[in-house]
Amino acid sequence: MSKWIPLWLHKLGSPPTFYRFAGTLRPWLLALALIAGAVALYGGLVLAPADYQQGDAYRIIFIHVPSAWMGLFIYGVLAVASFVALVWRIKLAESVAMESAPIGAAFTFITLVTGSLWGKPMWGTWWTWDARLTSELVLLFLYLGVIGLYHAFEDRRQGARAAAFLAIIGIINVPIVHFSVNWWNTLHQGSTIRILGPSKISASMLWPLLTMMVATKFYYVASLFGRVRADLLDLEGGKEWVRRIAGGDDAPNRQAPGERA
Amino acid sequence: MSAFLAMGGYAAYVWPAYAVFFLVLLADFLSPLLRRRRNLRELRARLARQTARQQRPASPTVHP
Repeated sequence: MSKWIPLWLHKLGSPPTFYRFAGTLRPWLLALALIAGAVALYGGLVLAPADYQQGDAYRIIFIHVPSAWMGLFIYGVLAVASFVALVWRIKLAESVAMESAPIGAAFTFITLVTGSLWGKPMWGTWWTWDARLTSELVLLFLYLGVIGLYHAFEDRRQGARAAAFLAIIGIINVPIVHFSVNWWNTLHQGSTIRILGPSKISASMLWPLLTMMVATKFYYVASLFGRVRADLLDLEGGKEWVRRIAGGDDAPNRQAPGERA
Repeated sequence: MSAFLAMGGYAAYVWPAYAVFFLVLLADFLSPLLRRRRNLRELRARLARQTARQQRPASPTVHP
């Protein structure tokens, strides 16, 4: 390996080290996600005023927009991890990529359903084939395609490589989703939050939205860590470190009735 | 409180949206925990079978 990669990062790529690291961090990440989520919900549902045009229906924004961001963000992680997995054949990268896909699919599904529930009272329809909605649906199908392809192979690592290839090709959809509201004249409203320039939202509504974004980020990492841990146990089933975990470290009281019999 | 629950007449849209958000994420959170438990159970069974196989020739009194 190259010298510029720090040793701890190199070590973190080994399954037993990552298993322990992720196990230690996960409860803290989950706690941060729950606290930030609770604060964001209080700010969004109770403190923030009703919208002058959309009344209280706009409050769906506090879950809809952070979920949509996560759908795109996780796809980015999926594509980068897929690239690393294909080029360097790192087992952990394959795991991170393939375990990210279900979480991304979950967030994309939430985005579509909450958007539909928001669209009905505001636009008068649950669904319309406009650019933003259609490209978001394509994003969900890409996630499902990656998950399906991964599970279609008898050999898991072969499946991961095929699915990683699909994930990398599918990245073309991410800018399409993001810019669809600018490129086409759609029913979906334009971006509310801007990284460059002032956002088009009052501060009382902005902070719960950003807090929820932080909460969903923490949640994603916590969920990913839990999934990768489960996956590593499965992948490394024959190795000594997994046997030690199965043998006692995690569930020592399971052995007792068997010994007595 | 009832005004809060009514959501200005949009309760039928706002609350289901939040319910979907929480239920989907709860399912996402629980599924790896269940998978991990199942894997460990299978692994333990496999290890038990292996040790049983290794011990069988050593105990001639057993006639299956």
